[in-house]
Amino acid sequence: MNNLSVPHLLGIRDLTLMDIETVFKTADSFKEVINRPIKKVPSLRDITLANVFFENSTRTRLSFELAAKRLSADMVNFSASNSSVKKGETLIDSVNNILAMKVDMVVLRHASPGAALFLSQHTSAKIINAGDGTHEHPTQALLDAFSIREKLGSLKGKKVAIIGDILHSRVALSNIYCLQKLGAEVMVCGPSTLIPKHVHLLKVHVSHNLREALLWCDVANMLRIQLERQEAEYFPSLRDYTLHFGLNRALMDSLQKEILVMHPGPINRGVEITSEVAEGPNSIILNQVENGVAIRMAVIYLLASDIER
Amino acid sequence: MDKQVILDPQQFDLTVTRLCHELLEQHDDFSNSVLIGLQPRGIHLVARMVEKLNGILSKSPLCGNLDITFHRDDFRRREIPLIPSITNIDFSIENKKVILVDDVLYTGRSIRSGLDALLAYGRPSQVQLLVLIDRRFKRDLPIQADYIGKSVDTLNHERVHVNWKNVEGEDKVELYIKQSHE
Repeated sequence: MNNLSVPHLLGIRDLTLMDIETVFKTADSFKEVINRPIKKVPSLRDITLANVFFENSTRTRLSFELAAKRLSADMVNFSASNSSVKKGETLIDSVNNILAMKVDMVVLRHASPGAALFLSQHTSAKIINAGDGTHEHPTQALLDAFSIREKLGSLKGKKVAIIGDILHSRVALSNIYCLQKLGAEVMVCGPSTLIPKHVHLLKVHVSHNLREALLWCDVANMLRIQLERQEAEYFPSLRDYTLHFGLNRALMDSLQKEILVMHPGPINRGVEITSEVAEGPNSIILNQVENGVAIRMAVIYLLASDIER
Repeated sequence: MDKQVILDPQQFDLTVTRLCHELLEQHDDFSNSVLIGLQPRGIHLVARMVEKLNGILSKSPLCGNLDITFHRDDFRRREIPLIPSITNIDFSIENKKVILVDDVLYTGRSIRSGLDALLAYGRPSQVQLLVLIDRRFKRDLPIQADYIGKSVDTLNHERVHVNWKNVEGEDKVELYIKQSHE
């Protein structure tokens, strides 16, 4: 018996609206837990998780680790940069070796889209996708939607603009699925080179004008320019990008309305968003980080409920 | 399924009133005592008692709700998933006398979880237990109540249900007896 309709969290696409609401409801309780003097509950004392990260990460990895620890689960960390992967070990071999040490759940980040799905088909562990290439990053989308819900009450009928590098962004894709399931309208905005060709098939609005997107939306989710994934020249220069798609105070003031500003981090300060806006009154960036732990606790807790004893 | 009324509305009210006075004997004006109801059903008893105590005391006693879901010992052992409720304790219980309140005391496992959950909020000077119904003879753990509305002797396959006026429409306690062929 599982609280969710899925055995693993591979992407938002597989989740039902019920699943998302169950995660939110559980996360509400965990948010209360992490604001207690003793931020820990004993629910998962007998569960062990492995953080398996083939790409760099601070926030997600720390967030998962804290989430596991606050549920009293044990967590081991594995990062490709200082492991046997360097000696040529394959993904399945690496993970099966970790599982042989009696690990129940794997949090996987990998550069290849579908890595989490692949692993879920070839190993016995529960898999949580913490980002697979440019595909999905489900916990980020859940925490983003949870943060909007916390500020605006509900997602229904709300307008969310996702701005920046949509082409390389797993956050964008997961966010689109999640927000639409919750009844929000989504617009993607960025230079035409960074908008996927067939994005309209996802039933999103498309804009190439930042001001237009901001005037339309209730929430602006500013994505990071992924400098590590710019294998081609998508725009003339960072300065040029900032000029057209950078969010600054003057632009915010000129809107004459209040919008929420989000960013999944890490921020390129002064590129997609200025420090002034990132730390301004409209920004909920740090709320997102706080909610991230609660959401990940909820996901781990709900998936753990059908691990065989 | 047969059912039998253990407390009718009139007895119910008398019992809650008596429990309030028993508390007053030991806790004076409640200046250093707090009532904490266990989710999901203990909170109704707290609300009812606070209502009554407000008529007697000059200052309303502190009270809160405690959710024990994450402290339960049957996670991953039951058929039905555990869905958490809200915890609402917006005061410190450090050095306070805490009265844990629940509707029915049966195996004692919920109370064990409640004690565990409670200690995450600080170190109370004393913890007492108040229950409306004490089902004797089926305790799994060495836990006893300090204040008891009514003790009943029941069999394992029977079920005690406390109804509340604001939830089920009437204040009463019923005992459901399952027929052997059911």
